[in-house]
Amino acid sequence: MNQKKTWLYLLPLLVFVVLGALLLNSLGKDPQLLPSAKIGKSLPNFKLPVLGEEGSFISAEQLKGQVFMLNVWATWCPSCRIEHPVLNQLAAEGVIIYGLNYKDTPDDALNYLQTLGNPYKKVISDTRGDLGLDLGVYGAPETYLVDANGIIIYRHVGVVTQENWLSTLKPLLEQSRHTGTDERGKK
Amino acid sequence: MLAEVGHFSLIIALSVALLQATLPLWGAHRNYTLWMAVARPAALVQFLFVVLAFVSLIALFLQNDFTVSYVAMQSNSHLPYWYKISAVWGGHEGSLLLWVLILAGWSAAVAVFSSTLPLDAVSRILAVMGWISIGFLLFILLTSNPFDRLLPNFPLDGNDLNPLLQDVGLIIHPPTLYMGYVGFSVVFAFSIAGLLSGQLDSAWARWSRPWTLIAWCFLTVGIALGSWWAYYELGWGGWWFWDPVENASVMPWLSGTALLHALSVTEKRKVFKAWTVMLAIITFSLSLLGTFLVRSGVLTSVHAFANDPERGLFILGFLAIVVGGSLTLFAFRASLFQVQGRYQLLSRETLLMLGNLLLMVATFAVLLGTLFPLISDALNFGKLSVGPPYFNLVFTPLAFAALLLMGAAPFIQWKKQEISSLIFSLRWQALLAVVLGIAVPWLYFDRIYWQVVLATGFSVWLAISMLKDLKNKTCHGTHFFAGLAALSRSYKGMILAHSGIAVLVIGACYTSFYSTEMNVRLQTNDSVTINEFRYVWLGVKTRQEQNYIATVGQVDVYRGDSLFARLYPEKRVYTVRQNVMTEAAIDGSLMRDLYVAMGDSFDDGAWALRISHKPFVRWVWLGALISALGGGLALTDRRFRLQRAASSAAAEGGAPGLKVNA
Repeated sequence: MNQKKTWLYLLPLLVFVVLGALLLNSLGKDPQLLPSAKIGKSLPNFKLPVLGEEGSFISAEQLKGQVFMLNVWATWCPSCRIEHPVLNQLAAEGVIIYGLNYKDTPDDALNYLQTLGNPYKKVISDTRGDLGLDLGVYGAPETYLVDANGIIIYRHVGVVTQENWLSTLKPLLEQSRHTGTDERGKK
Repeated sequence: MLAEVGHFSLIIALSVALLQATLPLWGAHRNYTLWMAVARPAALVQFLFVVLAFVSLIALFLQNDFTVSYVAMQSNSHLPYWYKISAVWGGHEGSLLLWVLILAGWSAAVAVFSSTLPLDAVSRILAVMGWISIGFLLFILLTSNPFDRLLPNFPLDGNDLNPLLQDVGLIIHPPTLYMGYVGFSVVFAFSIAGLLSGQLDSAWARWSRPWTLIAWCFLTVGIALGSWWAYYELGWGGWWFWDPVENASVMPWLSGTALLHALSVTEKRKVFKAWTVMLAIITFSLSLLGTFLVRSGVLTSVHAFANDPERGLFILGFLAIVVGGSLTLFAFRASLFQVQGRYQLLSRETLLMLGNLLLMVATFAVLLGTLFPLISDALNFGKLSVGPPYFNLVFTPLAFAALLLMGAAPFIQWKKQEISSLIFSLRWQALLAVVLGIAVPWLYFDRIYWQVVLATGFSVWLAISMLKDLKNKTCHGTHFFAGLAALSRSYKGMILAHSGIAVLVIGACYTSFYSTEMNVRLQTNDSVTINEFRYVWLGVKTRQEQNYIATVGQVDVYRGDSLFARLYPEKRVYTVRQNVMTEAAIDGSLMRDLYVAMGDSFDDGAWALRISHKPFVRWVWLGALISALGGGLALTDRRFRLQRAASSAAAEGGAPGLKVNA
C-alpha cells in the first residue's frame, strides 16, 4: 500500500518531465512558419518604385533568375539598425540583397542609407505596405530567401546576425543555388 | 545615467536576493537565529531596489530617452503620458521587470505580515521566494535587459507602442494578472518550506489561505479584464478565443480554485494534505508555464511578443529547476503526511475532492489543448490546432458537473451524510431547476437548445441552493438582516463567489447561442434590421488626435420609430506605425449589447459593417466580478484577523506561534 502511494507521488514529476521534453523539442521552431506559409510559393506580384531612382519601377518578374535575400526594413525600426552592419558585410561578401523599404518615407530612407551604408542591390519602395501585406510581413526586420524561380524558400523573422546567417540562411542560400527547382515539388 | 541607475539597481537586487535565498535557508536548517534574521530585511531591501529600477524605467519612458533600446522599441514622443507609463510593460523586457517587481512586492508583504509565524518558517518561505527572484533577475540581466542602450546609432523617435495596447484595459490588465500569477508564489513557497521542514499542519493551510485568496481574486479580475478588452478592442465581438495566452491564464485559475478549496479542507478536516501541497506546486508551476508559453514563442498567439529561442531555453531551464525540483521534493516527502481526519464516502470531504478533480481535469484538458500543436508536431502529424470546438466540448460537461456539486455542497455534512435526507432536502430545488431550466429559455427566446436548458437548469439549481442555504442560516434568528449580519464574511463570500459562477455560465451560454451577427455593406442612409432594432448608417467623419487619425462612423439605432441609441464606431490609423485599429461602438445593457464595428470602405463610398446583437454578454464579466467580490469579502473575515491578533500575542509571550493556531 505504502509502496504504491510513493509511486503515485512520483506521477506529477513524470508528467512534468514529458512536458518539459515536449517544450524543449518545440523551442526554436518558428510558430509562424507553418501558419503563415508563403514558403514554397512564388513571390507575390508587384510593381513598385525603386528607391532613389525617380520614375523607375521594379516587378517580381525582374527579380527572377537569381538567388537573393529580400530584407524588409524601415527607418522607424530600431532593430534594423542593429542588423544593418551585418547586411553591409554580407553585401561586401557578394550576397545579393534586395531591400523592401516598408511603410517609410523615401527621403528618410535615402538619408538612412547614406549614413549607414547601402547593402542593397535595389530597394523596393513600399510606402503603403502593400507588398508587405501580400508577403504577410509581421514586422520589421524580416528577411526572405528567394530562389531563381522566384519561389520563397525561407522566412526569417527578426534581426539577421552573424550566427543565424552562418547556421541557417547561408546554407539555405547555397543549397538553393545548387538544387534550383527541387524545392518546388515539395509544396 | 538613469538607465545605468536602473541597471545597477537590478544587479544589487540580485545580490540581495542571493543573500535572501541562501543565508536564511541554511540558518533554518542549522537553527542559527542570526542567519534567519536576514530573511525579512533582505526581502525589504530587494523590493526597494527593484522599485528603484522600475521607477527608473518609467522615468526613461517619460523622458523619451530613445537611446535606450527598449524605450525606442515601445514608445514614441507623441504618445500620451499615461500610455508612456503603460508602455513600460507593453513589451517583453518591461513585463518581466513588472513580474519581478510584483514578486518582490509579495515577498516584502510576507516579510511584513508574518509576525505570527515562527522565524524558521518565515526564513524558509522567503528563501524560496528569493530563489524564484534570482531566476527572474538573472533572466532579465542576461537575456532581456530593458536598460540596454542603442549607441551610437539611436533613432530620433521611437517605434511607438503597439496600438492594440494603447487602451485603458491594457494599462491595468497585465499588473492585475501578474498580481494573481505571482501571488501564487506565496503559497508555493509555504508548501516548499513545509516539505523542507517536514511540518505541514493545519496552521500551514490556515496561514496560506488568505494569501491564496488574494492572488485568486486578482487573477479572476485580471482574466475578466483581458476578456473585456478582447471584446471591445479586437473588434471581433468575441469575449474568449481559447488563445494560448488566454489559456495560460485560465490554467492557474482553475488549479488555484481547486487549491483554495483543498486548503479549506486541509485546515478544517486535516485531510488531503499531500494533494493540497501538490496543487500549490502545480498552480505556481502553471503560472511559470504561462510565462514560458508567452515569452518563448513556441506557440502563435494574438498577443505574441518576439520569439527568441535563447530566452525560451532559459525559461525552460528555470522551469525545470523550479518545477522539477519541487515535484522531486514532493515525491520523496509527501508520504510523510499522515491523514488525521476520517470521513465516509458520502460527505463534504468527498464532494470537495470531486470538485477538485473536476477542476484538475479541466486544467489538464486546457493544457492538452494548448500544447496540442506541439504534441502533434512532435509526433510528426504536422502542427495542428484543436481550436474552440474541442475546448467547448470538454468544458461544457465539466462546467455542468461543477454547478451540480456547488449546488449540493451546502446540504452535505462534513464526515458523513445520509443519502435519504440529502435527497429529501434537495427535491424541491431539483424540481424547480428542471421547470425553470425549460421555462426561462422557452419564454424569453424564440429558439431552444438542450445545452441552454441544461445551463439554465444547473445555474438555477445553484442559485436556489445558495438562497435556500442563506435562508436556513438566517431564519433561526428574528430578522433576516440581523441573521445576515451575524453570518461570517467567509460564508457570505462563498455564497457570492458561487453565485457569480452561475451568472457567468448563464452569460456564456446565452451569448453563445442567441447572438445574432451580420456583415453588411451599407451606403449612407441605408439601414439593416436585426431583431427589434433597425440600424441606419449615416456615413463617416474624420478626427485628428495626438497620435492617430480616426475615421468615425455614425449609426443611429431605432426601435420601432423612436431613436434608441447613437453609435460611433471608429477606424484609427496610428501615425507612427501606420497600423489600423478598429474601435467597436457598443450600446451596453444588462440584457443585451448592440455592437457595431467598421470594416473597409469601398470605392463607391459604401462601408462594410459588422453588426451584432449579443444577449447577456455582460453577465460573463459580471459573474467573474461577483466571484472576485466574494473572494474579497471572505478575505475580510474576522477569523483571519482574530487569529493573527491571538497568535501574535502568544508569540510575544514566547510560545511558538504555530502551535497556537493548530
